Amino acid sequence: MIPVCRLEDLPEGESVRVETTPPVAVFRTEDGELYAIDDTCTHQDASLSEGWLEGCLVECPLHAASFDLRTGEPTCLPARRPVRTHRVTVEDGVIHVHLTAEEGTAA
Amino acid sequence: MRTVTIVGASLSGLYAARELRAQGFDGRLVIVGEEPHLPYDRPPLSKNFLSGRTDEDQLALTDADETAGLDAEWLLGVRARGLDTRGRTVVLDDGRTVSTDGVVLATGAAARRLPGGSLAGVHTLRTLDDARALRADLGLGARQVVVIGGGFIGAETASSCAGLGHAVTVVEAAPLPLVPQLGADMAAVCAALHRRRGVELITGTGVAGLRGTATVTGVDLTDGRTLPADIVIVGIGATPNTSWLVGSTLALHDGVLCDDGCATALPQVVAVGDVARVGGSRAEHWTSATEQPRVAVTNLLAGRTLQRVRTVPYFWSDQYGSRIQFAGRHRDGDTVHLTEGEITDDGPGESGFLAHYERGGRTVAVLGVDQPRAFLRARRELQRQVREQAVPAVL
Repeated sequence: MIPVCRLEDLPEGESVRVETTPPVAVFRTEDGELYAIDDTCTHQDASLSEGWLEGCLVECPLHAASFDLRTGEPTCLPARRPVRTHRVTVEDGVIHVHLTAEEGTAA
Repeated sequence: MRTVTIVGASLSGLYAARELRAQGFDGRLVIVGEEPHLPYDRPPLSKNFLSGRTDEDQLALTDADETAGLDAEWLLGVRARGLDTRGRTVVLDDGRTVSTDGVVLATGAAARRLPGGSLAGVHTLRTLDDARALRADLGLGARQVVVIGGGFIGAETASSCAGLGHAVTVVEAAPLPLVPQLGADMAAVCAALHRRRGVELITGTGVAGLRGTATVTGVDLTDGRTLPADIVIVGIGATPNTSWLVGSTLALHDGVLCDDGCATALPQVVAVGDVARVGGSRAEHWTSATEQPRVAVTNLLAGRTLQRVRTVPYFWSDQYGSRIQFAGRHRDGDTVHLTEGEITDDGPGESGFLAHYERGGRTVAVLGVDQPRAFLRARRELQRQVREQAVPAVL
């Protein structure tokens, strides 16, 4: 369980990158929902925390691949592989990310 | 249309195949590729692939599931030699012919080479095989590398070579690299990235010739200097692959001439990607190659231009740890305003910058260095303007 930041420090519609290995992106949607996914686009080296957040979708800032924050699945090309999702909780006003164990699949 | 042949099995060719199936074409689909490889992504070749951080399997643009779904006949490792538009036949180098009703031209562009014989140690960087050969050469220990051409390929390659510990010099014939792409002011800022990482940039000097008998030993410059070199990388642009179309009825001039819907003068032939001169301009950009196929395929299946490509040009480049992104069209005389970050005497500031190019009070282009979020916002704004212009004034 990794503390990220205080809830009030992540405004709605914004995102923050957590420097884990690999890095994780935490999003707070316009509706106030919190999501965490792996930060690196599965298509090419780009940080999804710097992407365009619209509803539950984030668009990669480099090539406009789009991912569903709820499932990690890409919703359009050029990405074809999902990003991992991670559970997020808020405890004592602090956002925490619970990292999903690394899967044994090929990179 | 019972058979469609895509000539060119790279990015735009694959996207065209996807679009054909997505738009309901259920006939015979033939994909001809000069290289023996299934489609792969080229942008990483000069960056992470060269530096060893990306392997070949990560370059693949498609997988077994998708290729099965496309249900295409792949004719790989063979070059197309001619297009008989009356007989509707694609003629291959090995003598085979493909009878077809529709054709998507996606043959791309080939790296321009220096005149003269080929010396060991001299490379271009366009294909996977080019990149493999260069990576092998670079793996032989620290060397003197001379990169000819300071454009995107040259700069990215120089950056990767410097990162691998080689001594690198970039030679650019123009007074500054990237002026056509970025304009003089911003080109000067980005040129500083070379110096900052210890790469020497020699500008305003052409190359007179290469030295060496079997293996390259140096580069002679037109100003009389000779640069010692173990490895030379020639990054002086690319030429659209149209020579195989000479003799067809298609109009060729720096690419296959198309309307702004990627349609040629023949209703059953469209062109996409680097080989296509769409609506008067040809772009060698990843984004164009992925955006054009949707429109091209719609128009091919309709037999006339129903849709036009209406996008904002966009390209990016990674050099020396900095990410350069540009969208829009700039012209000489545009005024450039810094809207985020800063520019120092030594190039982009610590946190990069965002610059707007303005003409007549409107933003016409935007350049970002290490400002992906601000750039994305500005690029979307530019796209929104273009879409609004596309709406008829009177409904």
